[in-house]
Amino acid sequence: MTAVWVSADQERCISGGRCMAATSEVFDQDEDGLVVVLTPQVAPELEDRVRKAAYLCPSRAIRIGDGPSEG
Amino acid sequence: MTEAPPYPQKRTCPYEPPAGYREIGERGPVLKVTLFDGREAWMVTGYRESREILTHPNLSSQRTHPGFPIVAPRFRSQIARTLALIAMDPPVHDVYRRYLNPHFSLKSVRRMRPEIERIVAGFVDRIVEHGPPADLVPLLAVPLPSLVICRHLGVPYEDHDFFQDASGKVMLGTEEESATAAQDLFDYIDRLVAEQIKDPSDGLLGTLVRERVVTGDIGHDELVSIALVLLIAAHETTSSSLALGVITLLEHPEQLALLREDPDRLPGAVEELLRYIATTDLVATRVAKGDIEIAGHLIREGEGVLVSGTLANRDAAVHQRADELDVLREDSHHLTFGFGIHQCLGQNLARMELEVAFKELFTRIPGIRLAAPVGELPILGAGTVQRVLQLPVAW
Repeated sequence: MTAVWVSADQERCISGGRCMAATSEVFDQDEDGLVVVLTPQVAPELEDRVRKAAYLCPSRAIRIGDGPSEG
Repeated sequence: MTEAPPYPQKRTCPYEPPAGYREIGERGPVLKVTLFDGREAWMVTGYRESREILTHPNLSSQRTHPGFPIVAPRFRSQIARTLALIAMDPPVHDVYRRYLNPHFSLKSVRRMRPEIERIVAGFVDRIVEHGPPADLVPLLAVPLPSLVICRHLGVPYEDHDFFQDASGKVMLGTEEESATAAQDLFDYIDRLVAEQIKDPSDGLLGTLVRERVVTGDIGHDELVSIALVLLIAAHETTSSSLALGVITLLEHPEQLALLREDPDRLPGAVEELLRYIATTDLVATRVAKGDIEIAGHLIREGEGVLVSGTLANRDAAVHQRADELDVLREDSHHLTFGFGIHQCLGQNLARMELEVAFKELFTRIPGIRLAAPVGELPILGAGTVQRVLQLPVAW
């Protein structure tokens, strides 16, 4: 099974917190309220919720791919 | 048939779309509507199309643009046209938003939970003491968001009556009332900010003085403009969603029973109520600053664009049984807080106030019921915040 990787762009983030509400195992917020990815490699049982988090993100700051993001 | 239908229209039931919206939805996902002043604007009714346009780089919030659509007379005022954040585009918008994000993030709002629980418990104590029939508008829906935002900002609570009244008139008064109230509110905040700059308190206004005014990022006028928006935006929306949420649950007893069975279902129920009620009938008022192609239509530079939360939230293309209230549904996603960079800053605070209030109210007063038929509740608002003026309950 191919692992799914997730990354988040703090430049785009508007601190809506939908990602953290959907999947607190994967997403957190730093002191500035901006998204932080806790575990870039997503456990298979969390994949659906990570996809939901990406869908709900109002500023489209979350990217899902099949490998670790470049920087 | 080809004529652009009027928008907004008034609801006859506090939580159901007006009958005339059915035809508008059928003619969507993108069509032209006629505003109160006879001008036309584009209206987006589809959920997917709304998400697409609200993240389009050519969509602008510049309310001073001559093509900007005015959806009600009160929005003609100068203050309404120059609101911080709401009437701003990037890059200035993003700079302001970053000043505020840390203080409204999900994490910071979660730290406020114990205080919100104490505040709500106090209001419910007073409802119980009052006894039936009790009007939940003055006893809970109006003062709760007011007290919470006053505490968060560090506004003296003794001023909150003035404050509540003025912000209510700004949002829902006649054009003259709205302009006068906005000026009163502006003068009040102007004095408050001057005091905070001299002697910053522990609240958010004092924090912004320390973090942003002392550092030279913003001055007195910018802080006044930010405070004004935070106060206005926090009041009517949360207050109305709370009242409409209570009515909707009382009118759907089988749904309320599901929540009583398992209070862990409450956060999901809050999302579903936000979707279903669509308190903010219009979730976006914008102008195109360049051409936008969407769903086979060409919106030209300078044309007005509106997004209907009422219709997008019930779009059958993305919601199963879209017109049904279902607190257990998975597809409760909605546009009530908007989408894109302007999505509501206070959304997590609003969610928490609603969740805590529903929980306390329905737990402490298990026999609660409406004391008047839902069709007789006086309602107000078309095109902005949907509101009931009274909410009598008995138990």
